[in-house]
Formats: sequence, structure tokens, C-alpha cells
Amino acid sequence: MIRHPTGAELAQAIAAFEAEPVTPGDARRAFLARVADNARAALAREAEHGARLEAEATKRLAALLEQTGDFETLNAKLCVALRNGAIDPLGPAFMGHLRALAIDQITIDQPGYSGLTALLDRDSG
Amino acid sequence: MDVAAALDRLAPRLSPTATGVRNTRQLSGGASLETWAFDLTDGTPLILRRRPVGVAMRETALPLTSEAALIRAASQAGAPTPNVVHVCTPEDALGEAYVMRRLEGETLGRRIVRDEAFAGVRSSLARRCGEVLARIHAVPTEGLPKLATSDARGELARYEAIYRELDARRPILEAAFRWLEAIAPPPPEQPVLVHGDFRNGNLMIHPRDGLVGVLDWELAHLGDPTEDLGWICVNSWRFGEWKKPVGGFGDYADLLAGHGGGISLERVRFWQALGSLKWGVMCLMMHQSFATGQDRSIERAMIGRRTSEAEIDLVALMEAAA
Repeated sequence: MIRHPTGAELAQAIAAFEAEPVTPGDARRAFLARVADNARAALAREAEHGARLEAEATKRLAALLEQTGDFETLNAKLCVALRNGAIDPLGPAFMGHLRALAIDQITIDQPGYSGLTALLDRDSG
Repeated sequence: MDVAAALDRLAPRLSPTATGVRNTRQLSGGASLETWAFDLTDGTPLILRRRPVGVAMRETALPLTSEAALIRAASQAGAPTPNVVHVCTPEDALGEAYVMRRLEGETLGRRIVRDEAFAGVRSSLARRCGEVLARIHAVPTEGLPKLATSDARGELARYEAIYRELDARRPILEAAFRWLEAIAPPPPEQPVLVHGDFRNGNLMIHPRDGLVGVLDWELAHLGDPTEDLGWICVNSWRFGEWKKPVGGFGDYADLLAGHGGGISLERVRFWQALGSLKWGVMCLMMHQSFATGQDRSIERAMIGRRTSEAEIDLVALMEAAA
């Protein structure tokens, strides 16, 4: 579901980082090691939830566009429809999908991000 | 290039009582510019900002001589800035560079919004940011170095062109482009000097004196003053303190009052949303250098995964507007 980068690309980047020679006391390396930890955690979340979230998103898209297809195809069609004005960007049915998509993505990429709490808080407040 | 040796030769021209430099060290900094900290032998704490040889300038970034001139102009208008001590010339052998005073304080947003040491200045910081921005926006534009001019529609078009080039399919960004295009405010009657990157990270905050220096003028241009007010409200630089819209430390009302009261909250919220959209596109751009193989670091890969951070903020803003 997430393409920038894909899980496979992320795994490659982690492997490349792990293969680099280590110089003790290298501050840049220490920073990158923390980034690599975050990347591993994101990959683990993607492995756990990615397939289910993509299946749910595909179902939502099929209903929204009244078409069948895989996630990539339907998502691309949605983007075209938005670009040429066929879909109102603030329409309720469409906003429901965007909200779910935003929550799905952040659940994998960065579940501690405050924007998730803020968005969910809008429901209670 | 031996920066320390070049600075050593330059030292007597930076201060008449200095014979050389010590403690020269490179600070971690941006990808396009180097920042070096050093002290003169007479104790003066200084910063060297220089463009590494062979590094291409970002299309929108200013030459360092322009940056130094803007810092001087903003300082004359009463904005807190690090004093520019010297703009380097070819005989200094430092390339494109300038030297400024090193200010005491903190730029890390996470500490500024949370650490006990800054609790005392936090409550007045949003108003102070508004006041300082008003001074920057009042800098007379005649006599400034050559700057680009932009407005809301121009910025939207520029970032949409970048997004199209990346060939990404991100429906939240697509929706945000259409939404913001429909509500974009007209350009201001008179374009003003806009800092262009006024946010946590580029603000030097002293635990007692508050905002003591506005740094990193690389993205300055002429445009809508609201751009600066909106940018510091983008949730990505609130460091978890999302209920405090101004930089994670203050409220809209204080920022607007500090600025003088001539700008509407609605206009700030527009530029805040455009700020999140720009940040989302920037994350994709930085990821692109990984995707094309130009920079295969894990950092460039992972920055792409921050696009979703801008997207969730955009959804919240769109829901509030719907």
C-alpha cells in the first residue's frame, strides 16, 4: 500500500546500512542507527498489518469508484478523478476513505505521531 | 579544504585582538550548507556558514552574500539575528561563506517545547514570534538583494509541478492541491520580505531571553507575510505538543496579536495547510534521491515514510474545513 519507499526497498536500505563498516564514535552513524531502528519497526508493523489494511482499502475504493481492481489500479484511478475534478475533494464519502487511508499509513509509518491523536481527538471533541 | 587553517589566517581581520582560532568543529547541519563553530583566541564565539565546493545550489536557495545582506537588513529593522561579522572574499580561501556571531541558546524543538529550562519563556514565545515576524515583514524591500516573489497560487503551482514530476499517487495530496487551489487567498497588495523557513530548528531560543536569533535565511523571498505565520504552525514542528498550534508552545491568538492584528486566522490556517502539503511533497522529493540511486542512505529512504505525517495533518485540516 505504501510506495515511498516500498517495504522491499526499505529492507534493502536497512541491509545496506548494516553492511557498512563501523567506525567507533561516528556521530552520523549513531544517528543513522536510530533511523534504521525506526525503519525495522515500520517494516514489522507493515508485515503485521499491511495486507489486511490494503485489502480493506481496496474494498473501500471499489465501493467509492464502483469499479473492481487491485489497490494500485483503483488508487491510481482515484488520483486521476481528483485531478480532473470528477470527485469533490471535501465530499463526505471520499473524506471517509482519505481519513481511513491516513490512519492506516501512519499506523505503519509512525504510530507515535501526534497528528494521529489529534485526528482521533476530533471525534471525541 | 582545511577550514581551520583558513580561519586561522582570517582571525586578525575578524577581531583586532585575535591571533588565531581554536575549537573549530563542524556542526551537523543541512545537506546543502556547512556550519562550523569556532572561537577566536580572544574568546569571541563565532559561526562560519559556507557552501561546500562542488555542491549545486538548490534552485530556490539564496547565495550566501544575499543571506548575509538580509540578516543585516532584518537586524536593522529590529529583528533578533546573529550579527554578521564578515562576508568572505576569494582571498579568504573559504569559498562562498560568511562569519557571524555564535548565539547562546537552543534550536532543538523537542527541548524547547518540553524542557523545564524553557518553561519560563514558552508562555510568551508565540507573541514574541509574531512581533519578530512583524519586524521582518516591515524591512524596506528597496535595496535588498535580488529575491524571488511568490504568492499562494504560485507556491501551489510550483509544488504541484514537483509532485507531478515525481509521478506519485497520493490521493490525500491530490485532494489537498484541489482544495487549497479553490480557497487560495489573493496575493498581498505589497509583497514583503518573507523569511521562508521560520520554525523550530531555525529559531535560537535562550532559556531566559527567549527568541534571540532567527537563523537560516536561505529560503527568504518576497511574498505574503502570512506564509511565515502559517509555517510555524505546521504540526510537524510542534514536536508532539499538537494542542499548541504555534510551534508546540503557543496559541494562534498570541501569534496574531504579536504581529499587529492585521492578519486573519483563516489566512494563517490556509498557509498552515499549504505548509503541510509542501512538507509532504518535500518528503517525497527527498525520498526520490533514494529511489533514483543518487543517495541510497537509510535516512533518505525513511524520510519518504514521513509523507504520511503531512497527510494525516492535511486530513484533519480538510475535515475541519468541510
